[in-house]
Amino acid sequence: MEAVIAIAIGVLFASGVWLILRPRTFQVIIGLLLMSYAVNLFIFIMGRLWVNKPPLTLEQAVDPALFADPVPQALVLTAIVIGFATTALYLVLLLTSRGLTGTDHVDGKEPRQ
Amino acid sequence: MLLLILTLIPFIGCALAAMLPVNARNQEAWLAAAIGLIGLVILGYLFPQINNGDVVRQQIDWMPEYGLNLVLRMDGLAWLFSLLIIGIFLLVVVYARYYMSPEDPVPRFFSFLLAFMGAMLGVVLSGNLIQLVMFWELTSLSSFMLIGYWHHRADARRGARMAFTVTASGGLCLLAGVLMLGHIIGSYDLDVVLNSGETLRDHDWYLPTLILIALGALTKSAQFPFHFWLPHAMAAPTPVSAYLHSATMVKAGIFLLMRLWPVLSGTPEWTWIIGGAGVCTLLLGSFIAIFQHDLKGLLAYSTISHLGLITALLGIGTPLAMVAAIFHTLNHATFKASLFMAVGIIDHESGTRDMRKLRGLYHLMPHTATLAIVASAAMAGVPFLNGFISKEMFFAETLMVGSSDNWWMPLAAVTMGVFSVAYSLRFINVFFGKPATDLPSTPHEPPRWMRFPVEVLVVFCLIVGIIPGLSVGPLLHNSVQSVLGDMTPYYSLALWHGFNIPLIMSFVALGGGVLFYTVLRVRFNLQQVDRVPVLYRFNGKQAYENIMLEMRSAASRLERLLGTRRLQPQLVLIVSVCLLAGVAAAASAPGVWTAMQPSTPHLPFAALWLIGCVCAVAAAWQAKYHRLAALALVGGAGLVVCLTFLWLSAPDLALTQLMVETVTTVLILLGLRWLPPRLLDIERDKRENRIARSRRTRDFILAVASGLAMAAISYLVLMLPAGAGIGGFFLERSLSEGGGSNVVNVLLVDFRGFDTMGEIAVLGIVALTVYGLLRRFRPAPESMTLPPQQTNPVDPAGSQQPAEQAETGYLMVPGVYLRLLLPMILVCALYFFMRGHNLPGGGFVAGLLFSVGIIIQYMLAGTVWVESRLHLQPHRWLALGLALAVLTGLGALVVGYPFLTSHTAHFELPLLGELHLPSAFFFDLGVFSVVVGATMLILTALAHQSLRSHRLPVAAIDAADATGQEKN
Repeated sequence: MEAVIAIAIGVLFASGVWLILRPRTFQVIIGLLLMSYAVNLFIFIMGRLWVNKPPLTLEQAVDPALFADPVPQALVLTAIVIGFATTALYLVLLLTSRGLTGTDHVDGKEPRQ
Repeated sequence: MLLLILTLIPFIGCALAAMLPVNARNQEAWLAAAIGLIGLVILGYLFPQINNGDVVRQQIDWMPEYGLNLVLRMDGLAWLFSLLIIGIFLLVVVYARYYMSPEDPVPRFFSFLLAFMGAMLGVVLSGNLIQLVMFWELTSLSSFMLIGYWHHRADARRGARMAFTVTASGGLCLLAGVLMLGHIIGSYDLDVVLNSGETLRDHDWYLPTLILIALGALTKSAQFPFHFWLPHAMAAPTPVSAYLHSATMVKAGIFLLMRLWPVLSGTPEWTWIIGGAGVCTLLLGSFIAIFQHDLKGLLAYSTISHLGLITALLGIGTPLAMVAAIFHTLNHATFKASLFMAVGIIDHESGTRDMRKLRGLYHLMPHTATLAIVASAAMAGVPFLNGFISKEMFFAETLMVGSSDNWWMPLAAVTMGVFSVAYSLRFINVFFGKPATDLPSTPHEPPRWMRFPVEVLVVFCLIVGIIPGLSVGPLLHNSVQSVLGDMTPYYSLALWHGFNIPLIMSFVALGGGVLFYTVLRVRFNLQQVDRVPVLYRFNGKQAYENIMLEMRSAASRLERLLGTRRLQPQLVLIVSVCLLAGVAAAASAPGVWTAMQPSTPHLPFAALWLIGCVCAVAAAWQAKYHRLAALALVGGAGLVVCLTFLWLSAPDLALTQLMVETVTTVLILLGLRWLPPRLLDIERDKRENRIARSRRTRDFILAVASGLAMAAISYLVLMLPAGAGIGGFFLERSLSEGGGSNVVNVLLVDFRGFDTMGEIAVLGIVALTVYGLLRRFRPAPESMTLPPQQTNPVDPAGSQQPAEQAETGYLMVPGVYLRLLLPMILVCALYFFMRGHNLPGGGFVAGLLFSVGIIIQYMLAGTVWVESRLHLQPHRWLALGLALAVLTGLGALVVGYPFLTSHTAHFELPLLGELHLPSAFFFDLGVFSVVVGATMLILTALAHQSLRSHRLPVAAIDAADATGQEKN
């Protein structure tokens, strides 16, 4: 399990890094999405891997060892929603920039043309 | 308490003054005067305590652990300086009322003047050195604003910039010096510092500390070699010059030297640095002053020289010199402020300050002339005026310095006396002779109240000059006592001390000055000399300009060398640096990794991630030419992430991820329409191809390296046993104290409610920003027409409006189906919301679900159809949600708990049974509402662009026609 998730994070992150280094704004937005998956997963696994132990404490007596760590989960939950907001902002910025400059290059102008 | 009021009212006045109408000269003056009077009353009330030798002190703790507190402290010296600051402020306010013309925006002037007074009071009343430095910088800042008040004038802007650069850099040196001082002594508290002189002087760091603090004081007080900024600051309105550049700001440096005198002085280094700077300054300033043609320029250099005199006295370092220094500070402020005001009157009435043009003003404005002549006599050190007494004390002190064969100090003193008599004569020359006829306007006496402040100050000059002991004796004694303590020497303030050497020196200076002036005038045609003999070579201003120029070009060279405005190199740098930092940290980490046994992988899980990884890599590969495919592939990777959350015991995350995935996909789909068609590879020559290939190789290596690094870190972390986190705390208390069994939700809305509040605020801000950006959105011209996919002649949908497509066209079946589904989706959202506290769900998920329900209606039925039936106002949802969240938080405050404390109420309801209703429920409702509002606002704003774009091409065609017709 550990190796699988580690490789998964690595692949997502590598694809993201490749894309944010590309010149077109759409590539960058896709790259940011992939990177945010990787980073969210990375934060999430800081609570280690738990199968079938969701942090739902249905009874009063609680043994913390029997539940997944809720803290990274709460952090990641807000990160996902904020990620949506920043994606939206970035998308609108790229559209506006494209409208104003006539190009979708990240620098607002085509290189050496 | 009084001290706090004294420090704060000028700042309150500053805010009030800024809000008055532009031409409210009278109201502004009354406001400022009222504040000055309150200050005076407070000072008067405190006088008995100060007179007893007490120190009034007020401390407000801020960060006591670090020794950073707001300490206000008033002793005799601070009292005297406060009196000077407030007293002259009042006179300047009266004067400025008449000086400022109706066209000048007075609120700005009075507002900054009040701010300056507050900052200055802050400096003299600070009982903590860091606090003193803060106020010190505030004086630099407000004086910058005041010097540059007439910002349409280039000289004002340049003068303000120069003054600010010099004094603020000095302020930074001072901060460094104070930090070192605090480090040596172990406290920033003035009372502690003042008692630790021995510790400091014996410390190795004494010299650097002294130099840094001296740099602060000398720049502020315009001492050689930093004196050049003061003459250029004369571009300020004259009330500002009278206030800042005679009485207060330039005295801040002097004040600091006096304040720290008990700690820093008494060493040869002190005498050489401070005394040396003082002597150079007093000679230089008084000599240059003779050759000025501008009245204010003359006064500026004279101020420099008098400040040099005070500095030299402080540098001498004997207790009697300290007495003379404080006394001369007071005297100089009185006569110099009155002289500045007199010059302002002359300038105001005659339209010029050029001494080559001004003549015979005595006949035109006899009152003002008399006042100015008396004040300049005080400046020259004529007996029966205040300048005489303190200057004589200075002469006496120079005789005491060093051994008996030390002749240069008295010589310098007398030379400076000669020069100052000469420039005073040069100054009063404008009042004599035949009245000039070529002046810009005919001068006459100013309004009664404009002259009043000058009269007051000149009367003080006379009173202090004739009966010094009775008038300022007690004030002087208090401040000397507060600096010197037990070292206070015996001194007498009498006018007549018998026939002694200082008296002879005074008369030599007077006689020599008259002689020197006559010789200059008759033999060297002083009126026409346009540069200062010998000294014009030492041009501080030129040096300053050169340094600034050098710094600017060095900065731009550095920027050219290291900077880039292109995003890609920046990102390459960031990624590489992060990577290197990570590798370096890993290399330096302890090599022991307590490995655990890896758990056996589930085959389906591995297969799932095989799909996920393929999706991610394929998205990276396709993002350039096949945007839609890339988007779908990213969605695939997102779904795998979502399933992983579900697999690894995070149902809340899985739900949120699923919903966000949906909304993000719709969002980017909406945006795709406005992106340019991607052409296949552009023609490139061989060289460009090679560069492109090497760039891609570099990026590929970077990407793979980052991925490997992330994978390695993840694996290493997973192989380590989890440390003692705070998770257990929340798990144990969630149900018992938070009243909910879904720990993640309780964390979000209860334990970490404040965090969530910040987050929904960010969400709201982003949504409004998106909305604002799109209001002015102009698509690129080629995106305005319908995309080719929608204009296919074979497809009947191409000729239909979106509404028709949904009503009768190919979207009819899914449209009807989804319309039926809408209530169910909404019920589902409600269900997830209600159970959120105990089972997976909550405001975020429910809000997103609700939005998705509405969005699919938009997608199928079209914007027009939905909005004609459903008046969803996302702005209101946002506002309501935020208000609800804040009100829930405030509710806890009302019943006496900290902000956002949750409370659970239990109700017995018929039919429903027991209902437990935590206040976090309302908070979660706020979250829900904000999420719905933000999502809907963002998506509908983007969707509306398609509606607008149909209008745009028409306008564009019209515009094109119009330009075409013009050409014809």
